[in-house]
Amino acid sequence: MEGLIVFLGLLLIGYVVGTQTEKSHVRDIEQREQKVRHVPVYNLSNCELVPPAQTSTMVVGSVVISSDYFKTVMASLLSLIGGRISVYEGLLERGRREALLRMKEEAIAWGASQVLNVRIESASLNGDTSNGLMAIEVMAYGTGIR
Amino acid sequence: MLLTTLESVPGRKTVRHLGLVQGSTVRAKNVGKDILAGFKNIVGGELKGYTELLQEARQEATNRMIQDATKMGANAIVNIRFGTSSIAQGAAELFAYGTAVVVE
Repeated sequence: MEGLIVFLGLLLIGYVVGTQTEKSHVRDIEQREQKVRHVPVYNLSNCELVPPAQTSTMVVGSVVISSDYFKTVMASLLSLIGGRISVYEGLLERGRREALLRMKEEAIAWGASQVLNVRIESASLNGDTSNGLMAIEVMAYGTGIR
Repeated sequence: MLLTTLESVPGRKTVRHLGLVQGSTVRAKNVGKDILAGFKNIVGGELKGYTELLQEARQEATNRMIQDATKMGANAIVNIRFGTSSIAQGAAELFAYGTAVVVE
């Protein structure tokens, strides 16, 4: 009985605080994306895009993002049925946008006019989620030129 | 050392290709950060401690790759790629690799 109360309590906290965190994070991402919009990002390595006599530097942005308790439980229930696990889609999207933003911000701080040959990669930091911790690392890197 | 994810260094002419260079490091999460992360896992959001840990690890892997290239006599590394793999519960390997070249 007590176990059930704790479980439901955590589920509720996870849902309420997690949803709030997600919303404010998305707002924050959208605001920052507006600010860095003037610098184009390509995943091409096409040299035609590179104007002559440039300097370049490698830029990296990364983030480790974790799921809330509610999402973790929902995901484990959904994975019983199979198919689309919608609760994690938003999480990964936020992670990717955040990593890209950090990369772009680093590039802009250096004075880049564009970022070329961008690669995005994600990795799970724990093999099995049964241990409770569900964390994903997303990394974006590319070459800034000016 | 010039680092780039492109196949050549913009504005420079590649003189010689020296071959593949790589660097890697394995990092474990620490207990203090794990406990904090455990709390954070209830509410979700960014795990700043881990972000920093992995950034440090990536720097280390990059430095080792640079050392490797320096030994070969290179002054630039092109087409750099990164990878992360979880090799055991609580430990992650970060690796970086690229092609060492000599540019003008």
